[in-house]
Amino acid sequence: MGAQTQDAPAAQDKGLLRFITCGSVDDGKSTLLGRLLYDAGMLSDDQLATLARESRRQHADAGEDVLDFALLTDGLDAEREQGITIDVAYRYFHTARRSFIVADCPGHEQYTRNMATGASNAELAVVLVDARKGLLPQTRRHTYICGLLGIRHVVLAVNKMDLVGYDQGTYAAIATQYRELAQTLGIHHVQCLPVSALTGDNVGSRSSNMPWHDGGSLLDALETADVARFRAADFRMPVQWVNRPDQSFRGYAGTICGGSVARGDEIVVQPGVQRARIERIVTFDGDLERASEGQAVTLCFDRELDASRGDVVADALRPAPVADQFTCHLLWMGDNALLPNRTYRLKIGTRTVNARVMSIKHKVDVNNQAKLAARHLELNEVGYCTMGLDDAIAFEAYAANRSLGGFILIDRQSNATVACGMLDFALGRSSNVHWQHVDIDKRVRGGSKGQRPLCLWFTGLSGAGKSTIANLVERKLHALGFHTYLLDGDNVRHGINKDLGFTPEDRVENIRRIAEVAHLMVDAGLIVLVSAISPYRSERRSARELFDAGEFLEVFVDAPLEECERRDPKGLYRKARAGEIRNFTGIDAPYERPEAPDIHLLSGGHRAEQLAEQLTAQLLASIEQDGAGD
Amino acid sequence: MTATALKLHSHLDDLEAESIHIFREVQAAFRHPVMLYSIGKDSSVLLHLLRKAFHPAKPAMPMLHVDTTWKFREMIAFRDQVAAAGDVEVLVHINQDGVRQGISPLTHGATMHTDVMKTQALKQALDQHGFDAAIGGARRDEEKSRAKERIFSFRNAQHRWDPKSQRPELWHNYNTFIRKGESVRVFPLSNWTEMDVWLYIQRENIPVVPLYFAKPRPVVERDGALIMVDDDRFTLREGETIRMREVRFRTLGCYPLTGAVESTADTLQKVIDEMAASRTSERQGRVIDQDPTASMERKKQEGYF
Repeated sequence: MGAQTQDAPAAQDKGLLRFITCGSVDDGKSTLLGRLLYDAGMLSDDQLATLARESRRQHADAGEDVLDFALLTDGLDAEREQGITIDVAYRYFHTARRSFIVADCPGHEQYTRNMATGASNAELAVVLVDARKGLLPQTRRHTYICGLLGIRHVVLAVNKMDLVGYDQGTYAAIATQYRELAQTLGIHHVQCLPVSALTGDNVGSRSSNMPWHDGGSLLDALETADVARFRAADFRMPVQWVNRPDQSFRGYAGTICGGSVARGDEIVVQPGVQRARIERIVTFDGDLERASEGQAVTLCFDRELDASRGDVVADALRPAPVADQFTCHLLWMGDNALLPNRTYRLKIGTRTVNARVMSIKHKVDVNNQAKLAARHLELNEVGYCTMGLDDAIAFEAYAANRSLGGFILIDRQSNATVACGMLDFALGRSSNVHWQHVDIDKRVRGGSKGQRPLCLWFTGLSGAGKSTIANLVERKLHALGFHTYLLDGDNVRHGINKDLGFTPEDRVENIRRIAEVAHLMVDAGLIVLVSAISPYRSERRSARELFDAGEFLEVFVDAPLEECERRDPKGLYRKARAGEIRNFTGIDAPYERPEAPDIHLLSGGHRAEQLAEQLTAQLLASIEQDGAGD
Repeated sequence: MTATALKLHSHLDDLEAESIHIFREVQAAFRHPVMLYSIGKDSSVLLHLLRKAFHPAKPAMPMLHVDTTWKFREMIAFRDQVAAAGDVEVLVHINQDGVRQGISPLTHGATMHTDVMKTQALKQALDQHGFDAAIGGARRDEEKSRAKERIFSFRNAQHRWDPKSQRPELWHNYNTFIRKGESVRVFPLSNWTEMDVWLYIQRENIPVVPLYFAKPRPVVERDGALIMVDDDRFTLREGETIRMREVRFRTLGCYPLTGAVESTADTLQKVIDEMAASRTSERQGRVIDQDPTASMERKKQEGYF
């Protein structure tokens, strides 16, 4: 980061370089990095002694003085056992000319997410290729991931030249092929080198074995690479934390992620439109006149604004685009597949907002970049998607600003980081769709019926008794004069959800539509009873979130699978067991039990009437109110 | 030299900004964060950054020192001086079970002492206060398994680290979501090297424990290490004698487990020069780290910092 020193007197000082190394299994990546550290004189005597001892233990048959440099960076027990790199290892070294942070990235496809972790902060990649094997599908994949994460500079190290007799022709053919590949993947700065990590040829210094090579060593290439770090032009600062020690001070703390700002500049707090001028730029070491990208500062405005964590402070003359629908590339990192329409948390800058993938336009075969149709994304798959957010955000295209264009998706159940995304552009329609204000609201509508609108959501296995109980409850409420509607999961599949099947992605969409319809009906003032298996916690939670507090009651109709299967009122379990129906909940598709249902009905035996009676009595308390208010 | 100084200057600015960003992220995203304070040079830098991150407010999060009861006396005096400044609350936790059992590095060995008085003690303190984020001063250049760890490192309810399924960590976009009982350990100095720490201490004029500077001290040579005799709990083995030698420490911990190095570097500049010429790594002096390779990974999995 930083330290670009065009004006510095010493022209050779290139500042800090963050780079990654990536290559296929057995390409010798860890060995190359170890060799590089060794040649740069960065290994201490005790590290070398430990390395020598471990090398002897791992390679008992080899000579006394063999050093296995791979052992230096593969730091986890599992990595040493398997002889592979699983996770990124960070290494720090410097030469007289430059400081380096290198992220040693795993090459296996199953650890692509870890490679992305390393690549996200890097400016340059060293891609390894085995001279005997040439370009492999992995080479394409690594190069593609580098390009996807925004790396624009690659050094191609054609390794194991000692094993091909230092043959110039072999090297030249690979180099030519790679340049073509990189060009197609949008990487325009490629430097190629013939090396041998094992023997050290062209690693720390030029090799006498390849006099035909007219470039320098790998270390030369790294020291001189001119990766004038991309800098976003317009001033942007996501508000991280509001600093309010007392009434006299209110500052907005954050790290500037684009452009620069000076005292007196006019800013806008986005996604809103409030404007102010910069009164102070506060730091521990005194106020600044101007601050720029990369600096962590605290801004004070000349007037009181409603700004908080997640907002973006931007140049008022050149504000960031604001939208709630985007196209983006997604690299899926979750163990469970991405399901379109499922709600995830999206974190971008310091903002976290609920979001869902509305459609997968295509997925990309990471090995050959072919565009394929996809209904979901599995671990390590890349897709080009449209995203919809619950709220509008200020953003930038990833190519223009990594901080405001790169986001992560977080699973709301497990809290795992399940994807990283690179924003492309906003969908035009998002800014053209507005909420129309209406004067009559659900309270008024419910009030005219003398009831408080409510959604009762029955979930449970097929055959547990959801529809039976829901039906009885509706009859009782109707008899008492309430205005109800029973939305049955089976019935909606004949109409509004006719196009949906029973795959996980279709189930997610099925529940989303039912929830939206139920929400409209509650808005109309009705008491809505939904009866649907609704097997996933995540979607039941999304359904709940459509409603106001107290307006949604999850009713878990709980019967053991064996009991449901014994009853089998529609003969579906029998068909599922016979393999005639697939994706049947409880048999070959999961049911995620509610962790804290509002109402828990144990429906074993024939107690439907009794349970419906109890439930109705319970409900009366909450719906029998003056609908016009409380 | 001018060019080098210039380069390192802006390099330190970048590291500082990254660390401040991390501190603020913790403060904004967690309910009950704490900063672990071990009194060493890295902790001194952390404290300095803590103050910078929240200026002009006083740091809202407290500091926690897990006291093994075997720290150098000069360390404890330094800690009490820091606490006296009054702008940051300093909590001290001692594993009283360990004290009752009389756990000592001299009789029970480094491994057991460290487990009971550091790892178990830390877990006790975190549970007792209900901290959901604990900031520590570990750096990736210290050790191989640390080099693999995320900046925001997830711990389950048993404080365990699972190195094989770490959350991906993209850009500076940190996933701070956890469930009740779970926690994170956060390392704002992840990308700093030992040299960066010293250059920053010099640039910012940060006070550190005087044990880092050479001076004649009473030491005993034991198992190849120079151990300073800091109080009368230290018992001499046969053939051992206490000698005054000019030594200093590269890292600080429990005095019977911390090897000194012979040195004449009695100023900050000399320490930096000595390190630039050094051929040994920082943790070499730690008796606890002389266990079989990768032991740090195992200790970390069990909850060690």
